[in-house]
Amino acid sequence: MLYTLAWRNIWRNKRRTLITAASVLSALLFALFTRSMQIGTYAKMVDNLVQAYTGYIQVQKKGYWENKDINQSFKVSDTLVDKISSILNVSAVVPRLEYFALASFELQAKGSAIIGIDPEKEEKLTHLKKWLRNGVFLSTDDNGVLIASKLAGYLKINVGDTIVLIGQGYHGVSAAGKFPVRGILRFPSPDLDGQMIYMSLPNCQEFFSAENRVTSLALNLNNPDELDRTKQLIDEIIRSHNLVAMPWQEMLVELVQYIKQDNASGLIMLAILYLVVAFGVFGTVVMMTSERIREFGIMVSIGMKKWKLAVVTLLEMLMLGVLGIFSGVIVSLPIIGYYYLHPVNYGGDMGELIEKFGFEPKMYFALQPDFYVGQSLIVALIVLCAACYPMIRIFKLKEIKAIHSRM
Amino acid sequence: MEIIQLKDLYKIYDEGAVAVNAVNGISLTISEGEFTAIVGPSGSGKTTLLNLIGGLDRPTSGEVFINGTEITKLKSKELIDFRLNNIGFVFQSYNLIPVLTAHENVEFIMQLQNKPLAERHKRTIDLLESVGLGDKKDIRPRHLSGGQQQRVAVARALASKPRFILADEPTANLDSRATTNLLDIMERLNHEEKITFLFSTHDQRVVNKAHRVITIEDGKVLSDIYQEVLVHGKH
Ligand SMILES: Nc1ncnc2c1ncn2[C@@H]1O[C@H](COP(=O)(O)OP(=O)(O)OP(=O)(O)O)[C@@H](O)[C@H]1O
Ligand SMILES: [Mg+2]
Repeated sequence: MLYTLAWRNIWRNKRRTLITAASVLSALLFALFTRSMQIGTYAKMVDNLVQAYTGYIQVQKKGYWENKDINQSFKVSDTLVDKISSILNVSAVVPRLEYFALASFELQAKGSAIIGIDPEKEEKLTHLKKWLRNGVFLSTDDNGVLIASKLAGYLKINVGDTIVLIGQGYHGVSAAGKFPVRGILRFPSPDLDGQMIYMSLPNCQEFFSAENRVTSLALNLNNPDELDRTKQLIDEIIRSHNLVAMPWQEMLVELVQYIKQDNASGLIMLAILYLVVAFGVFGTVVMMTSERIREFGIMVSIGMKKWKLAVVTLLEMLMLGVLGIFSGVIVSLPIIGYYYLHPVNYGGDMGELIEKFGFEPKMYFALQPDFYVGQSLIVALIVLCAACYPMIRIFKLKEIKAIHSRM
Repeated sequence: MEIIQLKDLYKIYDEGAVAVNAVNGISLTISEGEFTAIVGPSGSGKTTLLNLIGGLDRPTSGEVFINGTEITKLKSKELIDFRLNNIGFVFQSYNLIPVLTAHENVEFIMQLQNKPLAERHKRTIDLLESVGLGDKKDIRPRHLSGGQQQRVAVARALASKPRFILADEPTANLDSRATTNLLDIMERLNHEEKITFLFSTHDQRVVNKAHRVITIEDGKVLSDIYQEVLVHGKH
């Protein structure tokens, strides 16, 4: 009986009910849409940077990240690599030896970042090969180098020329060598494009007199969401080695900061949106209640307990809320699902700018069930708060006053 | 048997500039099976008196006994239950729950009493028949005439098997045909089923049908007379 009453009551004023449900629906739709876009974009940004450069976790000597000093490199053994590789979530262990040297060709010279890589393993994380513009890629124990295009342009060096590198190696040993240029890499990021020189790991270790040493092991993960647990497992393995497992959040501090800020502003937008919706819902409730005070008075007069009447109004609000939430989720799922499968392309300048930084100029959407649940709960909370109004009015109701109230 | 007993009842409104003695020392007794009208000029205190008897309002002083229970001593919650099981109400207008059909409106009160379904249905149909609306049971109040709505209200008031029915100007918004019709039904229920009615009115035709007429003025009983009336054309 209470259900019947509630259900029929919400359809008393069809238009108002539909407008209210529609406002809940559109708020939910907007919230789900913008948030899944934001979250999807963050995830993609992280993926991009992590996969272009850092990996999800890096194993380094304690203190290396602050100084980037080759003296804080460490000897890497096959057993260590095997142990880390054997963790299920680790899909690739990529050794690198990074340091600096002066690169010169004929009359030009420039400080450069020298990175020793295992070309095959690197491919499992950063896909360096896709930036190759001229020449050929490195082989496993190649004695040549790859040069970033802007740096090559500055040095006026080309594929087939020989570059001279001078610097300091492990423990201050002087490092000098001549290396044939195998290929030119063109990075979208001007930063990388102006300073990178890649060589094979053995070649690099020899150059810096750092036999068997690396500055980092960059790890790619199958499931980035399990990062914390994987890091724990790695911590156990490297505990005795004076090494640390550094997650990407600690390496890409600026990105994390940016995401936090952007996320906060997104949340503020949502808060404002929900505030507006809350006022709308509340307005509906106030009208729904006020125009029925007389009816409430009659019902209580003839013997309906106030709590039963309160339950009716609560049910009405719940039905209204569920109506809005369900339609909101049902309408937004296919829309967001579509964009999830077909990311939006950024056009024009924006697209070019984004591409410049090595990112795909696309807007990605996330599909996260917990997010749906969260937003739905917020709406449910708003509706429940609004439901308090008629209930309070009912419990304070005085029969004769209510009966004699005009609508 | 006495159903309603009022002892030295007062209701004083003193919210405004001057205190109004809406009910100013009324003592009276209504017995089972009576068909009583309360009359008096506007502002004489009829509505106030009926609200006190119905437990919708509390007196400033004095006592109201319904069937031996002093309702002025009941808590608000107990009073709601007491009303449900002892008093049938017919208000002047907008009596019915708009989203329920005639049948559902009558049944509603028995649902509040947790009566079993079979009993509810049978009684609802019987009651709607007896107020002449057996064919309108699935119609919502807004599609019923004012007179029909009041008849449904009477059926609903009866549904809970109350000790008596309290009606504040039940015919005030009805035309003369609907008024006569409603009065006839009330009178028949009183005569055949021994239902006790207590109603207020302005309408002389309604007054003429009453068996007992209590006239009040300025919150006091002016006269209280039993009159001879024709019941269904014969006595
Ligand atoms: N809530 C109230 N506050 C103050 N005064 C009131 C209130 N209700 C009624 N009164 C006053 O009490 C007196 C009796 O009013 P009541 O409504 O009982 O009269 P009535 O006989 O029913 O009149 P009517 O025939 O117009 O319905 C009137 O003077 C009225 O103004
Ligand atoms: Mg009155």
